Amino acid sequence: MNLKELYQEIILDHGKNPRNLRKTDNFNKDAKGHNPLCGDKVHIYLKLNENKKVEDISFEGQGCAISMASASIMTSLVKGKEEKEVKEIINDFLEMIKEKESLNTKLLEEDEKIKLMCLSGVKQYPMRVKCATLSWHTLISAIDKSQNEINIESKEF
Amino acid sequence: MKIEDIKKEFPIFNNKVHNNDLVYLDSANSSQKPLVVIDRIYDFYTKEFSNVGRSVHYLAVAATNLYENTRTSVQKYINAKDKNEIVFTKGATEAINLVASTFGQKYLKEGDEVLLTELEHHSNYVPWHYLRKSKGIKIKFAEVNEDGEVTLESIKKKITDKTKIIAITHLSNVTGAILPVKEIVELAHSKNIPVLIDGCQSAPHLKLDMQELDCDFYAISCHKMYGPTGLGILYAKKKWLEELPPYQGGGGMIGEVKKEGITYGDLPNKFEAGTMATAQVIAFNESIKFLNKIGIDNIVKHENELINYGQELLRKNNSVKLIGNPKNRGAVLSFTIDGIHPHDIATILDEDGVAIRAGHHCCQILHEKLDLVATARASLGVYNTKEDLDQLNSSINKCKKIFE
Repeated sequence: MNLKELYQEIILDHGKNPRNLRKTDNFNKDAKGHNPLCGDKVHIYLKLNENKKVEDISFEGQGCAISMASASIMTSLVKGKEEKEVKEIINDFLEMIKEKESLNTKLLEEDEKIKLMCLSGVKQYPMRVKCATLSWHTLISAIDKSQNEINIESKEF
Repeated sequence: MKIEDIKKEFPIFNNKVHNNDLVYLDSANSSQKPLVVIDRIYDFYTKEFSNVGRSVHYLAVAATNLYENTRTSVQKYINAKDKNEIVFTKGATEAINLVASTFGQKYLKEGDEVLLTELEHHSNYVPWHYLRKSKGIKIKFAEVNEDGEVTLESIKKKITDKTKIIAITHLSNVTGAILPVKEIVELAHSKNIPVLIDGCQSAPHLKLDMQELDCDFYAISCHKMYGPTGLGILYAKKKWLEELPPYQGGGGMIGEVKKEGITYGDLPNKFEAGTMATAQVIAFNESIKFLNKIGIDNIVKHENELINYGQELLRKNNSVKLIGNPKNRGAVLSFTIDGIHPHDIATILDEDGVAIRAGHHCCQILHEKLDLVATARASLGVYNTKEDLDQLNSSINKCKKIFE
């Protein structure tokens, strides 16, 4: 894995033009995430319908290209999924970033998995792993509403 | 020793990084080590190792002498009055913690004020914060100006009759500002306030003279001075070391130990509890010799040339913004690039073998003040050259291209 692969077109594209970078109207769940090490901040807004399906998801924040791209790709992929499906995707992604070679979930299409696999480049840069996982941890927090603010420094990643 | 040849003394530069020559611009974080220092650690462990200050056998006596030789070298290097004013610690962080803890314990009470600056590294804030929690002291911050400096005036403004100690950096690890420490010490002493100086960034780059500076405490990080990790130095005036209570208890720091009571050892043993970083102390003597061989005046001249060259280069580079514009700048160039996060800059520069640091550099208070989440920082050492700065500049241009 080299630099070019880490900063592939997909990441640069999402990093420079993040999707869903806005605030959802009438959101019913939200959470903030913060990585004090690099100052990355993210605020995730989630609107679940009565069937616990993601009707809309968006984020606000600032950060490096990797953290912005990660939040952008994540929000694009989980829209329309049910809450427990979202959790499965999150877990699959976090396990892939941590140790697994590939994504196992059947909930994503191959082209969607390719987008996520672009982020696996951070494995070679341990200091950057937190950049890629901040928004994902924050989404878990929004769903569970266990903590108001995720501080990624106190997380495993 | 010719300053142009110094890179050759550092074996790390024989290695390639991502198939490129290493351009090491992270010396404010930690400096590389010359071969003489590395060899000294190897030789000590292979031929001379023993613990110091205890046994009377041949190796123990020889090791003790070597250990104390470094103390004398440090004393001379910083022109301290007495060799027993030099205390070895595990780092500059421990040196500051030692002072905050023991000074706080003996002299500070609720409502007393400790004066810091907005430039301080976390290691010169957090130890004082503990006293805020445990004793209810107040912490004040002298303000940084728009050039990234802390002036004598801004210190003066924050001194009150409750100020019990002033703890300030000598050279900011973010803005590069060199503080007017001598004038600050004079001002503080005129009000009977002792001064601690965090000398982490200044000690490798500036001429040090403790007797002339007249500060009460001065903390030094040896791994930033071309020495081993795990070692720092606290310089403290003898009267303070005599008056302050011990910091840690253990072997080596005691006088007499009885069930009903304990007396403490003479200086500086009172503050060196347990087995110290013996090999590192002994190897650090080689760092001092290395610095002396080049000569501090030559180091200052060389690094000033580089700083001026680097400042000009980055100022000319559109969209690069230098952080701080101090009249008196040390070997630090922090910068941002419009639209590119510092961590992305650092990762992309790394691909060219250019090692810089990105983040808040353990100075969150300052970054909040400057309204920046993070900065990129190129910092210099004695081995750097103008070519290194040229490479930095061209790698920055490559980075800009990727993000165009």
